[in-house]
Amino acid sequence: MKRFLQVAWLVVRKDLRVESRNKEMLLTTLFFAVSCVLVFSFGFVRGGEAIEGSASGVLWITIAFSGTLALGRAFERERHHDALRGLLMAPVDRPAIYVGKLVGVLLLLALVEALVVVMVAFLFQAPLFRHGWWLLTLLSLGTIGFASVGTLFSAMLLRTRSRAVLLPVLLYPVTIPVLIMGVSGTFALVQPEPDLVLARVWVSLLFFFDIVFVTLALWTFEPVMTE
Amino acid sequence: MSRRLFPWLIGLSLVFFVVAPILIVRAPLEQEMGLIQKIFYFHFSAWMAMYLGICVLGISSALFLFRRKPAVDRLAVSAAEAAILFGLMGLITGPIWAVKSWGVWWNWDARTTIALILELILVAYLLLRSYGGPGSDRLAAGLGMFAMANLPFLYISTNIWRTIHPPTSVVPTLPVDFGIPLWWSFAGFIVLCLALLTARVRLEEQRATLDRLYLALEDE
Repeated sequence: MKRFLQVAWLVVRKDLRVESRNKEMLLTTLFFAVSCVLVFSFGFVRGGEAIEGSASGVLWITIAFSGTLALGRAFERERHHDALRGLLMAPVDRPAIYVGKLVGVLLLLALVEALVVVMVAFLFQAPLFRHGWWLLTLLSLGTIGFASVGTLFSAMLLRTRSRAVLLPVLLYPVTIPVLIMGVSGTFALVQPEPDLVLARVWVSLLFFFDIVFVTLALWTFEPVMTE
Repeated sequence: MSRRLFPWLIGLSLVFFVVAPILIVRAPLEQEMGLIQKIFYFHFSAWMAMYLGICVLGISSALFLFRRKPAVDRLAVSAAEAAILFGLMGLITGPIWAVKSWGVWWNWDARTTIALILELILVAYLLLRSYGGPGSDRLAAGLGMFAMANLPFLYISTNIWRTIHPPTSVVPTLPVDFGIPLWWSFAGFIVLCLALLTARVRLEEQRATLDRLYLALEDE
């Protein structure tokens, strides 16, 4: 187990180091997320008033869109110079490589979400911070569910043709339940009379889905990536 | 094997489908919904055939991923197509029933939503197989397992969410008059699903043989 975590941490550190040098994924994803929220606010905010319930939807759709953009690039660096083969040939547990990559994506998305939440709260006048801890739990669980499937799909599509098109095509149908739970849970928190019981139901369902998704992804990563 | 099984299965399903309308017409009218309730016999059975298709898809995908046998991959793609077909029947018969009994064509009921999501995953599966290029069979197998992971949620959805679909306890406790046409149609759809599976697997086998022959010809 210790070795597993060490390998995962090495992969995370490698990704963070590369990212800290060129900041390509971070800046492009952040910029895309900002543009997304702005486009939605042009559509859903009229005369300073947001359409009722739109904030929770905009928040999660923006996360899904910018998450897809980030996931599409997650394994891009490994494509060059046969780096993926090198990574896969390393005498380590393959699921550890997956976990390392997943943590890297999660860290990136956490930064994006921090900005998106503030922007949505500001532009849509949504009381997102009223139950901050609940929102944090929903966002964390939702992002884990979304990114766990996304990282697996991004890795497996690496060697295919038209992967840029296929990633969203495969990712959205599988992760729609996570997005529905995220949107419904957030809506329960920001509605005029917050419904914490309902929010708790969505949180527990998200937790259950995450367990299923992460287990399946860990289980399938090795056979899917073996040539 | 599929060559010998197919005529038997298709013949048997023909018997089921010729008799089914007679049994359905003879079944008593449901008091609240009246004539429209009769759609239930095919609606439920089509979904059950879809369940079967997805189970076959999930199990054969797992076997293909971990054992690497091309035969189970051929079964997986056939099952995905059959599941899409029966799922589509469920998605078409559902709204016809809904508009009469609930007054709307479509509502985002938990079971309807999960069923639609499953149908989307299956379409994505076929898109991946069609446009993914070489090696997409393994990736599709991964996706097939995710499709199967949704199945328990679809089944229990009516028990954990307040939906307008009846809970799972309704079908096993149906009165005999309703039960006979229902289980008869159910058997018909399952046999038809198996018949389509055998025919489709055979087509895949012939395609694989043809590919092998082409490659052998090129090598000469």
